[in-house]
This record gives sequence, structure tokens and C-alpha cells, in this order.
Amino acid sequence: MNLAIFILFGLLCLGGALNLLLQRHPINSALSLIVVMSSLSVLYLLLGAEFLAVAQIIVYSGAIMVLFVFVIMLLNAGEEERTHGSRAAYLAGVPGVLALFTVLASTFFTLRTSFGNARLGAFVATTSDLSRVLFRNLLLPFEVTSILILVAILGAVVLARKEH
Amino acid sequence: MNILIFVLLSLLKVAVVTVIFLMAVAYTVLLERKLVGRIQNRWGPSRVGPFGLLQPLADGLKLFLKEDLMPTAVFRPLFILAPIIALSCSLISIGVIPFGENIHWHGVDMFQIADVNVGLLVILGVTSIGVYGIALSGWSSNNKYSLLGSLRSTAQMISYELALGLSVIGVVLRAGSLRLRDIVNIQNTHGILSWNIFGGIQIVAFFIYLTAAFAETNRTPFDLPEAESELTAGYHTEYSSMKFAMFFMAEYANMITVGCVATLLFLGGWSSPFGNLLPAFGGVVVQALLPVFWFVAKVFCFLFLYVWVRGTLPRFRYDQLMGFGWKFLLPIAIVNVMATSLVLAFHG
Repeated sequence: MNLAIFILFGLLCLGGALNLLLQRHPINSALSLIVVMSSLSVLYLLLGAEFLAVAQIIVYSGAIMVLFVFVIMLLNAGEEERTHGSRAAYLAGVPGVLALFTVLASTFFTLRTSFGNARLGAFVATTSDLSRVLFRNLLLPFEVTSILILVAILGAVVLARKEH
Repeated sequence: MNILIFVLLSLLKVAVVTVIFLMAVAYTVLLERKLVGRIQNRWGPSRVGPFGLLQPLADGLKLFLKEDLMPTAVFRPLFILAPIIALSCSLISIGVIPFGENIHWHGVDMFQIADVNVGLLVILGVTSIGVYGIALSGWSSNNKYSLLGSLRSTAQMISYELALGLSVIGVVLRAGSLRLRDIVNIQNTHGILSWNIFGGIQIVAFFIYLTAAFAETNRTPFDLPEAESELTAGYHTEYSSMKFAMFFMAEYANMITVGCVATLLFLGGWSSPFGNLLPAFGGVVVQALLPVFWFVAKVFCFLFLYVWVRGTLPRFRYDQLMGFGWKFLLPIAIVNVMATSLVLAFHG
């Protein structure tokens, strides 16, 4: 049962990602990205990360992608034109992607024992466990990340401010 | 055999809750028309059935039989998808809302469809997905009024979602859990005195939640997305027949959901306002159904408030709306979170 759901949503995720690249209209691409984000959240839920799953929906599918769709609607972006692409991209890109995929796959495969094992459908970590790790063991990285986000917000404000 | 009974009972439960919810949606519309009628010194619907009680059925039948127009210039897939997203998102939330004591019968939780550990977040998540229904409907209609309405609505919902999310943090801090049953359980010791709004001193958070919820559901005084004097009908201008009815139902279903969540978070959920002062009367069945009565009564008060506000308050201007959300509600919500955490850290 768990495996069936995993395969279903894994395929949905891949299909959404491919559709994102193949669609010519930006709004269809944005909607495919929402499908990708949401199916990822189901995969998180299967691994027992309930908080992460819902946070994924709220933050990525609900907030960030709404802003994407909002901007596309506001700019009224039209359909893209199909081009043949540059020859260099084909020559360097395809082998590059294949090489990267092989390296990543082999790395994950050799290191798979040191990652620990999470079984599908095993609910082990609760939200309070997660917050304990986040706010005790990883407090410094967490706070540094929030400062990084604050800097990004300030940067956006500075860029958006009108010159007087 | 046991698993069969479990599945049958669960299906029955889902069916009963869905039917009651949809009926509640239909009769909320009637409640609104009746009350706004009285506020404006007229009768409201009174012809169909006794006191106009069959009016929702007549409305439903009328909307079913209307011609389903499909304007030529619309972007068809999204035009059809948008009302489905809006309605399904507003119906899903009821699935995690508990409306009575934790009573199990043949292993089935009688008064809740799904007891989720992160129930509160699930509701927030589903609400944030519901924005797409409105955003896509306006864009796919290919109509400038629709687009303006949906842009306004999207901006408004994103802005007020922050204040809404921050206002519930105080409650979560007090309960130490995101599970809705845990949040109610800390509020039912001394009746009305231990509700979060009074005993938990979350009254500020309650008013932030109330205001943000009005904005989230696009209701007066925040109904700019469908401001009829400037935008004809906003995002659902091009919709007709059942597709329009789906938006309409989604709006009222969202009102009920928001009322349920406010009841659970701030008004003690299904707990009696009298606490233990009220002696346990009747049999087991009465004692099991009494909490449901309290829950429904509280949600009804909330819906009454919705209609009352609609009947009395004028609409905000757009810049006032944004200024209010970002410069007033959000800072107050942050101060409330900080004050609650400080109090809990020193006294909790």
C-alpha cells in the first residue's frame, strides 16, 4: 500500500517536472511546479515527516507558488516561442546531466548505510521531536538562516524602493 | 468482519458529515438573506415553504437548471478547474475538524473524520491552496474585471494569511500541540473561564483571527474582490450555472470552516460554557450529543456575527485594507506571540 502510494506520487512528481519543462505557457509551467511540490509533500508524509509535509504545502505550494502565479498574471506573460536551442547546450548539456546523475546516484548508493534508514509509513518523529532538534542542537544554523532571509527581504525592499 | 464494520461505519460517517456540511452551507445562505433582510427592514425570502425554509432547495434547483455558458475567449482547462479547486479545498478542511468528545464505537471516532497530529496546519495549508481557485478563475476568464478582482483577492489573502497564522501561535503555545483535540482539551476544565479567549488571555489573538478570517473568506468589510460597484462581480463575473454555484458554496463553506476553527481555538470547542456546574443529565447518548450541540451553537453565533457585520459595515478602500493588514494586524500579532511566550516561559 505504502509502496503503491510512493510510486504513484513519485511518478506524478516526475510527470509534473517534465510537464514544467515542456509546456510553452508560463502559467501551465507554474501549475506543474505546484503539482511537483504537492507530490513531494506526500512523499515526506510517507516517510513520517508530518510537519515537513504540511510546511511544504503551506510554504511552497501555498505561498511561493501563489506569488509566482500572481506575477505571471500581473505581467500577463504570453506563450513562449519554441527555439532550436544552441548547439553547445546540446553537446555539453546532455552528457553533463548524465554525468551529474551518475555521480549523484553512485554517491547515494555507496553512502546509503550511513544515511540511516527511514521506512515508508513509519511515523517516528513528531513535531516536538523536530522542534527539539531544530531549537537545541541546530539553533545557531537556524538563526543564521533566518538572518540570511532577513537580508534577502531588505535587499528586495532596497531594490523596490523608488528614488526620490 | 470487524474491518468490514469499520470501513462501513467510516464511510457512513464521511457521508453524513458531508451531507450535513452541505446542508449547513445551503442554510447559511438562507440565514444571511433572512438576517440581512431584517437588518434592512424587510422580510427576506418568505414565499417558498414555511418561513422561506425551502428557499435553498429552490435556489439549488434553479442553479442546476441554468444554462452553463462558456465564453469564447476563456482559457478552458483552467476556467473549468478553478471552481473545482475552490470548492474542494473548502470542503476538505471539515475532514480534520473535531466536533464532539473523543468517543469510539467499533473503533471509529464518532465525532471527527480524521484525527491528524498536525490538524491545525492542515487547515492552514488547505486554505492556502484554495487561493488558486480565485486566482486562476480571474486569469482564465480573460476579462479585466475578473483579473482585477482575482489579483486583489490573491494579494489580500496572502497578506492576511500572515496575521492569521501568527494569531493562532499563542493558542498552539498554550496547548503545546498542533492537534485540534489537544487544543480543545486544555480549555474544558472550568467552563467559560478556561476558554483560550478568556482564561488563556488570547482575546487579542481572537480579534486578530476574526479580522484576518473575514479577509481570508472575502467577506464584508473586506469583500473588495467582488466589489460590485467597481468590478461588476469580480473574479466570478464570467461564471454561470453550477460553476458559479461552486464558488458561492465555497465561500459559505469557508465561512463555516473558519467559524469551526475559531470555536476550536478560542471558544473551547465542544466544551460546555458552564463546565462542571451543569449536572450530567440524560443517558449516554444525550451526554455524547450535548458537546455537539455546544459546538454547533458556537459556530452558529460566529455565522450570525458574519452576517451582522455584513449588514452594518461598509467596504474598506484597497490601500486601507493593505495598510491595516501589514501595519496594524501583523505587528500586533507578533507582539501577542512574544507576550504569550514570555508569560508561558516564566509561569508555564
